[in-house]
Amino acid sequence: MNMATVYVDNRAYEMDEKQNLLEGCLRLGMDLPYFCWHPAMGSVGACRQCAVKQFRDEKDERGRIVMACMTPAAAGTRISIRDPEAVEFRKAVIEGLMLNHPHDCPVCDEGGECHLQDMTVMTGHDYRRYTFEKRTFRNQYLGPFLNHEMNRCIQCYRCVRFYREYAGGNDLNAFALRNIVFFGRDRDGVLENEFAGNLVEVCPTGVFTDATLKRHYTRKWDMEMAPSVCVHCGLGCNITAAGRYGTLRRLVNRYNGEVNGYFLCDRGRFGYEFVNSERRIRQPLIEGKAVSAEAALARLGELTSGRVIGVGSPRATLESNFALRAMVGADRFFAGISGTEARLLKLMLEVLRGPARTPSLREIEASDAVFILGEDVTNVAPRMALSLRQSVRQQPMEIAERLHIPVWMDHAVREAVQEKKGPLFTASVSATRLDDIAAGTYRGAPDDLARLGFAVAHALNSEAPAPAGLPESARDFVKEAAEALKAAKRPLIVSGASLASAAIIEAAANVAWALAGSMLAFTATESNSMGLAMMEAPALDAAQAAHADTIIILENDLFRRLPEAEQFLERFRHVVVVDYLENATTAKAELVLPAAPFAEADGTLVNSEGRAQRFFQALPPPAPVKESWRWLGSWDKLDDIVEALARAIPPLAAVTRAAPPASFRMSGAKVPRQPHRYSGRTAMLANISVHEPKPPADPDSPLAFSMEGNPDQPPGALQPFFWTPGWNSIQAVNKFQEEIAGPLRGGDPGVRILEAGEGTPRFFEDIPAAFEPRAEEWLVVPLHHIFGSEELSRHAPAVSQLAPPPYIALNPEDAARFGDEAEMLGQRFPLKRLAELPRGVAGVPAGVPPFAGLEFPMWSRILQAP
Amino acid sequence: MLSMIRTIWYVFLHMFHRRVTVQYPDEQPYLAPRYRGRIILSRDPDGGERCVACYLCAAACPVDCIALQATEDSTGRRYPEFFRINFSRCIFCGFCEEACPTYAIQLTPDFEMSEYQRPNLVYEKEDLLISGPGKYPGYNFWRVSGVQIGGKDKGEAENEGRPVDLHSLLP
Ligand code: SF4
Ligand code: SF4
Ligand code: SF4
Ligand code: SF4
Ligand code: FES
Repeated sequence: MNMATVYVDNRAYEMDEKQNLLEGCLRLGMDLPYFCWHPAMGSVGACRQCAVKQFRDEKDERGRIVMACMTPAAAGTRISIRDPEAVEFRKAVIEGLMLNHPHDCPVCDEGGECHLQDMTVMTGHDYRRYTFEKRTFRNQYLGPFLNHEMNRCIQCYRCVRFYREYAGGNDLNAFALRNIVFFGRDRDGVLENEFAGNLVEVCPTGVFTDATLKRHYTRKWDMEMAPSVCVHCGLGCNITAAGRYGTLRRLVNRYNGEVNGYFLCDRGRFGYEFVNSERRIRQPLIEGKAVSAEAALARLGELTSGRVIGVGSPRATLESNFALRAMVGADRFFAGISGTEARLLKLMLEVLRGPARTPSLREIEASDAVFILGEDVTNVAPRMALSLRQSVRQQPMEIAERLHIPVWMDHAVREAVQEKKGPLFTASVSATRLDDIAAGTYRGAPDDLARLGFAVAHALNSEAPAPAGLPESARDFVKEAAEALKAAKRPLIVSGASLASAAIIEAAANVAWALAGSMLAFTATESNSMGLAMMEAPALDAAQAAHADTIIILENDLFRRLPEAEQFLERFRHVVVVDYLENATTAKAELVLPAAPFAEADGTLVNSEGRAQRFFQALPPPAPVKESWRWLGSWDKLDDIVEALARAIPPLAAVTRAAPPASFRMSGAKVPRQPHRYSGRTAMLANISVHEPKPPADPDSPLAFSMEGNPDQPPGALQPFFWTPGWNSIQAVNKFQEEIAGPLRGGDPGVRILEAGEGTPRFFEDIPAAFEPRAEEWLVVPLHHIFGSEELSRHAPAVSQLAPPPYIALNPEDAARFGDEAEMLGQRFPLKRLAELPRGVAGVPAGVPPFAGLEFPMWSRILQAP
Repeated sequence: MLSMIRTIWYVFLHMFHRRVTVQYPDEQPYLAPRYRGRIILSRDPDGGERCVACYLCAAACPVDCIALQATEDSTGRRYPEFFRINFSRCIFCGFCEEACPTYAIQLTPDFEMSEYQRPNLVYEKEDLLISGPGKYPGYNFWRVSGVQIGGKDKGEAENEGRPVDLHSLLP
């Protein structure tokens, strides 16, 4: 970083000369209002709110108004924020923006965390002089996630810039002209983009607000909040979970520079409602009848006196898995995943311990050539797709650099770059949501994709084995992809296990190893898939052979793991399940213990990058609900079990550093979960008792269930919410970063526990034969859906609305002989015709019953529906 | 001696002064409408519940004795699902009234709230809601707000133009 001396109101400051003045001022903690600039999207100078006065030199008294966001922080720049004319200008701009603003704050969901409110107060505009008619708009229905209230718009254009330019959507736009610019769709309808939920935070006003929050609306200042981690895929995006009156109210993004940055996907943001689901288990159950915790523990003691095995889960924390492992013994603990999945995870882990580094999302964003092999990233690990979308901007950025356009000058950069995109190649079984930015796409059955991958590896390095007889159609792709990767400075290979093909993973490894210095990212489907893999427990197939009377199943629905779960469970006399939602497995259990889901629990998850991240309770679990590790072990404190597991499992030794221990204090005080304006303390429970209860103690973390504590900034891993005086909206995050859009002060949360190893790799040699369609059978592969494929978010009403019903997808030519429906596995399903799907391959929606527990890929007959 | 006589004289004179002591409770004193006593929730001139569940009173309350939960009817009109004031904590400071953007919450001149049991001082919405507009007869928040509710379409609030025609190309 090159620092430049910039004078602000006649005082010298150091600013990064690569940044603009707005960023420089904000980094130094100054208050300068803005609307259209966004730290991840740069400046366009549209709102005129960040005006400052710039002077030529010390002698210049007149100066001129410039936009801080459009002016580089060049050495020697002299500006004034406090100059009366600049102050007056900013106030007048707000007044102009507010001319048509409705009188909505009391009933606006943005109120209390509204950037427009904050900026209005900051500029001092406090009285309406304009008394003429206000312009009004009609709102649109935009789907189950977002509300639309167009009257509140201030025309900053952030929404369309995010939606179209950053997230690649095209069904949201600015319409009409002059003073009636409308931001919405061309007609009512569900917003198509998977990242539309970010508009809640991107829009500085209450135009786009969280529709799920509205149903149990609570102001930000009234929520009890804690740092948490998304549990809906393997990326582990950081979130702030917020609750009130004992229920989870909403999630917002929690900035982590290395992981999710400023954005989440809609599955992550809106999937939280499973926590409030009707299907929550809130009492221990014996034979389906509610019993006390004591009775349940007594029964657990009886059932575990004999021969017991334990089945862990990729959606349970390290702590809970470890507690079960410690209870039943390491040799009687099984990973709760199918043998295929376990093998694939193990393979990925081994590969990642090889020479290719697993990148964080920030590194993915910065990569300049990408080869995606076999994954539909948007539907498997959604947030990664948003990062990949930014990666294609890296190479063309050189054009802007050559023209000396700073990267933050967004509009100018886009003008210079036009439609040019860096190389991104996708090879997948069907169309993906990243094809629109791809320089090349290839479709094939899983084995053909693997062969393609092997061929790319061979093209990069002749030592890597080559597949024989690659079809003509693939050769150009291989050549182009290999050349692009070779030419890149930071090449990236993305792959994963979502097609359940080991060959694809091996091929991806070969590509990454063939090209020294390339990064290799694997997706993982569940929040702790990697963590469970690191525990190196045998899979469920091995449990088939184990002899035991009792099986303890941890946070796992075996009916989603095994085709023959029923028979499997019948082999045990006693079935004990620890879980939070009723499912087919809990229905078969003799004893069910009510576990706490993420918002009510503390624990550690390892994401697909290999980063261990701790999350904390946003709400105290309502007794007798408690964390699974508390049911299964006798640890008093989280730190004790974390230490025990770090000692017992060497690859996990570093997890103790994922967050500060419970003994951490700031000036002797805990970190308050509640904002200092938290209301209703002496009334919320007064209908039950007028004696206010003592806040629940929290022995597991340095956070307190209280508004009392030290309000200073704790380390990022403990940051319960972003707020600073004058900055009530989530934009306050600027004040928590070392650099604007850089790491949080004191470093980004989480600790990497998976690093690339030394040494030369041995290329995988096992190249599968080319795929041969069969006459009467199809190769059935899972097609992933951002909404619907993941187990927990399926129970959130808003997400389930968008989940696809079960279907069979076939190539139209294969489907020609069928009608609108076809029969498979003895059931009828609607038939979907997907032109992109290779012939001989059938797709079914992953995770959607009745396809949830199937072992993929499999061959199956498809019949004419009778 | 002299001082005693003087004192008796003064006492005698007091018999001709205006009386200030009132025979409470038989006789009720006059209290100004702005007196800060028992809190009520009022209705707007159309008879609808005035409170829009904005939580501002709860945030303003220095003793945190107001708790509520917002909800909406099918037309989008927001109101409190429950609204609770714990009068055993209230200090009758009037901040809630000051914070209220709709004139819904008002302090009244009624101070007769003694109870033997503290729980009886916990008032729910049923206990708070009166049937009139209280001290501020004319105001109806929904008539100035831009949010559409039952009976008030977009553009029908005070000072609002009709919703714009997005297809118009007129300059
Ligand atoms: S809808 Fe929001 S983000 Fe979009 S232009 Fe209006 S105020 Fe800005
Ligand atoms: S990408 Fe994955 S971890 Fe991130 S918000 Fe979405 S579901 Fe959650
Ligand atoms: S009068 Fe004061 S103490 Fe009583 S409810 Fe209102 S704000 Fe709270
Ligand atoms: S401030 Fe007024 S409108 Fe808002 S919640 Fe309180 S009583 Fe209701
Ligand atoms: S933030 Fe600078 S002009 Fe909008």
